[in-house]
Amino acid sequence: MVSTDIILHDEKDNVGVVVIEKITPNQECSCWIMENNKSVKIQSKNEIPLGHKIAMVDLKEGDTILKYGHDIGKVVKIIKKGEHVHVHNVKTKKW
Amino acid sequence: MEIPKSFLGYKRENGRAGTRNHVIILPVDDISNACAEAVANNIKGTFAIPHAYGRLQFGADLELFFDTMIGTGKNPNVAACVVIGIEPKWTKRIVDTIAKTGKPVEGFSIEGAGDIKTIMKASQKAQEFSQWASEKQREECPLSDLWISVKCGESDTTSGMAANPTVGNLMDKLEPLGVHLCFGETSELTGAEKVCATRGATPEASEKFMKTWSDYNDFILKEATNDLSESQPTAGNIAGGLTTIEEKAFGNFQKIGSRKFIDVLTPAEEPKKGPGLYFMDTSSAAGECLTLQAAAGFNIHLFPTGQGNIIGNAIEPVVKLTGNPSTAINMKEHIDLDVSKILKREMNMDQAGDELIKTTIRAASGRLTCAEVLGHKEFVMTKLYRSA
Repeated sequence: MVSTDIILHDEKDNVGVVVIEKITPNQECSCWIMENNKSVKIQSKNEIPLGHKIAMVDLKEGDTILKYGHDIGKVVKIIKKGEHVHVHNVKTKKW
Repeated sequence: MEIPKSFLGYKRENGRAGTRNHVIILPVDDISNACAEAVANNIKGTFAIPHAYGRLQFGADLELFFDTMIGTGKNPNVAACVVIGIEPKWTKRIVDTIAKTGKPVEGFSIEGAGDIKTIMKASQKAQEFSQWASEKQREECPLSDLWISVKCGESDTTSGMAANPTVGNLMDKLEPLGVHLCFGETSELTGAEKVCATRGATPEASEKFMKTWSDYNDFILKEATNDLSESQPTAGNIAGGLTTIEEKAFGNFQKIGSRKFIDVLTPAEEPKKGPGLYFMDTSSAAGECLTLQAAAGFNIHLFPTGQGNIIGNAIEPVVKLTGNPSTAINMKEHIDLDVSKILKREMNMDQAGDELIKTTIRAASGRLTCAEVLGHKEFVMTKLYRSA
């Protein structure tokens, strides 16, 4: 089995989670989708540590982040495919 | 894996079974802590459960206080109980209700006697209880005698990917065997509340959940001075990669697997609808949540963590698991089960669930958990509002 760098919960998810110590910029990463056992590739743009998220597609302000196949917040700053997704560019729709 | 049919527990007078055989010295109020601790210091095989409250509480807050104290004494992990309070009336109410389980319990009030005479009398009783309890033996108990509570803490994205679904897998496998199960953390389901509500086993359970969640959410919105950043998610959650409360909630929710909850419990309320999964209205702070679950009668706790929460409980053994490989190495002494191989795809959820069942049964049968060995005995009262 090819080693997995990133895991997605659901096929609908537009973010994946880094499951190795970190990924480096311009790394060719292997992603595994838990829901359907499919594998995809993505090229990273930033350094992203373990447990943090990477954008699987280009995202613009107001877009919804999907993880577990569900809405987990909104994009507040444009995010390019392969970039780090976190509190600097995504906010809750609650509170 | 064939799931073991039994564990070794302590059979109690009321038909429940304990995973532990504690003799506790329970202070009714803050000013009785010193006396209770002195008794526990005198008499080996006992320990005190000091806390900060029990004076001038009133209304619903007072009732929750009584439910918490009485439920702690009633828990089958407690073999016998000495209760010490400043005044006789509240002390007696706690003693009399615990006594209904049939277990040995005796109360002492300090007013008019002073600490020293009370310590002497209570120590004599505690000695009797300690020696009596020391002869109790573990016996084979059906797995259905396990009442398992769950709560996660210092979560990160690995919690939702590995440790929490491992607990969910255990629930899926053990619920059909007649185990009682309980999850809580009302505020931490925010964002996933509508999906969670669909997991009510009946329309009543779903409605009760939505009302409970809405009430808690209204309370948070009323008291909040900011967007709860650093509270939900916490700074630790954010360092671990969790961005929003919604993301945290969906991760949290993995703990119940594909189960449906049969009822919604108020804080510290004992489940009365038989085996199955219950939701309890609790804070998401670990100390408070676990204290309420233990007071409701749960006798073993599963605690998935990401960044490394170190919580224990006074009377309920806490089994900790993590899916975060760094935490599993750097905080090894706190982790009863490492499921980080899930992230490397060297372990699947079915295998992880089986490992957790084995670890849980060993802990229930007497193996000390990491939190117990490290001396964690957290007991935190949930306070609804200021005292009078």
